[in-house]
Amino acid sequence: MAKRIDVSGLTAYYGSHKAIEDISMTVEPRSVTAFIGPSGCGKSTFLRTLNRMHEVTPGGRVEGKVLLDDEDLYGTGVDPVSVRREVGMVFQRPNPFPTMSIFENVAAGLRLNGSYKKSELSDIVEKSLKGANLWNEVKDRLNKPGSGLSGGQQQRLCIARAIAVEPKVLLMDEPCSALDPISTLAIEDLIGELKERFTIVIVTHNMQQAARVSDRTAFFNLSAVGQPGRLIEIDDTERIFSNPSVQATEDYISGRFG
Amino acid sequence: MDISTQTTDAPPPTPEPDVARLKSNSRGATRPGDRIFLGLSRGSGILLLVVMAAIAVFLTYRASLAISKDHGNFLTTFEWNTNLTPPSFGIAVLAFGTIVSSIIAMALAVPVAVAIALFLTHYAPRKLSGPIAYVIDLLAAVPSIVYGLWGALILVPHMQGLYGWLNDYLGWTGIFSWDGGAPRAMLTVGILLAIMILPIITNVSREVFRQVPRMHEEAALALGATRWEVVRMAVLPFGRSGVISASMLGLGRALGETMAVATVLSPSYDIQASLLDPGGGTFAQNIASKFGEATEQGRDALIASGLVLFVITLLVNGAARAIIARRKEYSGANA
Repeated sequence: MAKRIDVSGLTAYYGSHKAIEDISMTVEPRSVTAFIGPSGCGKSTFLRTLNRMHEVTPGGRVEGKVLLDDEDLYGTGVDPVSVRREVGMVFQRPNPFPTMSIFENVAAGLRLNGSYKKSELSDIVEKSLKGANLWNEVKDRLNKPGSGLSGGQQQRLCIARAIAVEPKVLLMDEPCSALDPISTLAIEDLIGELKERFTIVIVTHNMQQAARVSDRTAFFNLSAVGQPGRLIEIDDTERIFSNPSVQATEDYISGRFG
Repeated sequence: MDISTQTTDAPPPTPEPDVARLKSNSRGATRPGDRIFLGLSRGSGILLLVVMAAIAVFLTYRASLAISKDHGNFLTTFEWNTNLTPPSFGIAVLAFGTIVSSIIAMALAVPVAVAIALFLTHYAPRKLSGPIAYVIDLLAAVPSIVYGLWGALILVPHMQGLYGWLNDYLGWTGIFSWDGGAPRAMLTVGILLAIMILPIITNVSREVFRQVPRMHEEAALALGATRWEVVRMAVLPFGRSGVISASMLGLGRALGETMAVATVLSPSYDIQASLLDPGGGTFAQNIASKFGEATEQGRDALIASGLVLFVITLLVNGAARAIIARRKEYSGANA
């Protein structure tokens, strides 16, 4: 089930460039934590360190600790592949596999993890699509390509694909930035339902969205271009948006930034 | 007119030039650049069709002259005697040899080419993949007669060991039995053809694999896929139709290869059950060996065999297109 994330002293590099510096925070299980901040402040980079996707980028390298409950994701002998099976991810642009049907997209992660009976597989696919509020729209065309769906449906398909493998944590990197307002609303409703089962971390540029969906909000900033991004503060969302303890947060939220 | 009303601060210009300029802009399709480009591209397209049609007409006409005089059955006769009266010739041996040698070449070259392309795009460090790709490009530039000479002088003598080994372990199947003769047989031809078509299949596949969007690979990685699973889930399916097209380019070369086959094969007009026994022939090799000393009638007969090769090539390409079209809605191009 959902797990707690405990980050301490995390610094990430692209080659010799330090992208984020000394970030520490705790994310409670079964909660939604939103990352906000200006472009280039390292929120996406930080998100990608939480499932070891950062190191996939050439030159990507991480120092510090990320504990999932009590297990250090960057400990010696930890396989990044198994980390990513525990910590799922949804990307900015919907990216269903174009060569697979809707069914196969959802089943893709399951097929990696082992062999399932056909009936088991259909059950999990149905459950995941229901969990992503997509089942009613696609149940009659599971064998059609996923690329035929609308952008919002594709993004929910990607969410179904991510939750099908029952991760402990779900990371979302601006999941609504390529979607229209109605599809965005559908995803936001879905996030509210998913947080009962998963620990959710979402990066967003939309502050109303952060206020609507999250329990906790973290504000990231960088002192100047080329400087590493830092965590300015993390607090209950209500407090961040009404009475933040750091002046920079208030400036950013009220639009007086920069 | 709108333009002049917007600039109210400036002194009002005379309206006529503006109108004239707008008019000439609205007829964009008649600009000389567009007209020349349209003419060139349309002309090239038409020229291609005209050339294809001319080849087909020429082949069909000359072939019909020969076939009408042929005493044997053109499709099933196992001999090539164009100087008899009436002549007796058939393409059975040539069709068999062409298809068998191409199948061997494809079976060997396609997996290796795909593996090299994957290695270059997804495994090799950038420092290594550049030079390797360059060497493969060089392989494509070697003239086929050079391959033929290398095949006859180096490859053939070195095939003895492989032939013996195949005969020892797989001789019982019949297709790998060997009587110890010079290895100037279909298997050697197939291996040589495989080496010759390797670069083109590798290069096109490499281009295709390089185009796989990063986001599909990341999608697979984020699901907990290993590097090989990323290749299997995202890269190979995306590149499937491109690899088929690449293979067709290679197959086209294998079907039509002339000098290399003629240099290596020791031809005859019968079909060998074993791939290791010398004999048989291919369309292109037969035309090259016979054309110089052929009579008018003999040339027509060779052209008739060329027509069959032309038809085989068309059929194979049609089949490949059908395979690609059948899964069009799952194409990576929909991403």
